[in-house]
Amino acid sequence: MSNKEWPLWEVFIRAKQGLNHKHVGSLHAADVQMAIENARDVYTRRMEGVSIWVVESKHLHANEPSEQDELFDPANDKIYRHPTFYILPEELNHM
Amino acid sequence: MEINLEEAFQKRIDDEIKIEPRDWMPEKYRKTLLRQISQHAHSEIVGMLPEGNWITRAPNLRRKVALLAKVQDEAGHGLYLYSAAETLGMSRDEMLNELHTGKAKYSSIFNYPTLTWADMGAIGWLVDGAAIMNQVPLCRASYGPYARAMVRVCKEESFHQRQGYEIMLTLCQGTPEQKAMAQDALNRWWWPSMMMFGPNDDNSPNSAQSTKWKIKRFSNDELRQKFVDVSVPQAEILGITIPDPDLKWNEARGHYDFGVINWDEFNQVVAGNGPCNKQRLKARVDAWEKGAWVREAAVAYAEKREKRNSNKENSNAA
Repeated sequence: MSNKEWPLWEVFIRAKQGLNHKHVGSLHAADVQMAIENARDVYTRRMEGVSIWVVESKHLHANEPSEQDELFDPANDKIYRHPTFYILPEELNHM
Repeated sequence: MEINLEEAFQKRIDDEIKIEPRDWMPEKYRKTLLRQISQHAHSEIVGMLPEGNWITRAPNLRRKVALLAKVQDEAGHGLYLYSAAETLGMSRDEMLNELHTGKAKYSSIFNYPTLTWADMGAIGWLVDGAAIMNQVPLCRASYGPYARAMVRVCKEESFHQRQGYEIMLTLCQGTPEQKAMAQDALNRWWWPSMMMFGPNDDNSPNSAQSTKWKIKRFSNDELRQKFVDVSVPQAEILGITIPDPDLKWNEARGHYDFGVINWDEFNQVVAGNGPCNKQRLKARVDAWEKGAWVREAAVAYAEKREKRNSNKENSNAA
């Protein structure tokens, strides 16, 4: 008897046209077709989605949480990237 | 170093910042969550059995589709929770193995038998009602994957409780025999439901740490009191009697007083001596063993298809 566990898949659902796919959780399935069908049964029993993406979890790469600070630090002091940084006359109204 | 990490961790918890899978966490936090989430998942899966017993005998199609959908939801809840538990570093098969060997527990309530159709009503009303009481605060648990899974679970549970209460209501408005059946189900499910909140606070050694880690937001006794307070008027609407002679409104406390729980019975069922412990576990083990060939065949099919696809690609390339 083989004891091979089915691979893990991450599931992303588009709730409705116009929105992006959003991660909702994961599940086990033997192949991609089963992953999509299981995702339908597990994550969209109440019309939560119109489109499903699945990707095998081993193909997902992420930054190290321990390096979070140095990774995101560079954005902290660049307030000139925000519109409010620029001082403009009142009479300009909406820009 | 270790101390600083733990202090920083507690500060994040105190600041209501969620902990995510790859963040540093104390080993005991990981273990506590893994035990709690996997047992919760097992409870959802084993919880399908008592109700599955009545799917083919539901009194009409409306009741049947609702019960089927509810049991399917429970399978889904088990799967959300297993996924959340897996992020803490234990494989699905290891968790199932712990269930099948009796190492992991599941909620004791599912070790009671479902003797009549009214039990479907009582379970939805009381067991799911107690579960909701326990689960709503878990939507704010400090561990992100658990909290997110619980949000989904809680959204779906409300249908479960309403379908159960509707079954009770219909029976209570029916013939005297039907009403007696509803009363009998209440008699049998009330105390086991009260036990679902766990031991009394002064007898619950792990609660303090779980509260500090914001896994637990209310104490067992607080939740139990809340459950009693909402259940009494619900029983009054049904016109049936909660089987507790000590149950009475306490004006000074602003709560109902209630009788003493039979903790001997609770401990016996937890220890494996409830009416259905053996039967429930056997059903799970049988399903796992008899399903082995399906799991193997699916893997073999996936491998064959992958091979065929890569052969095709190779020949296309040539």
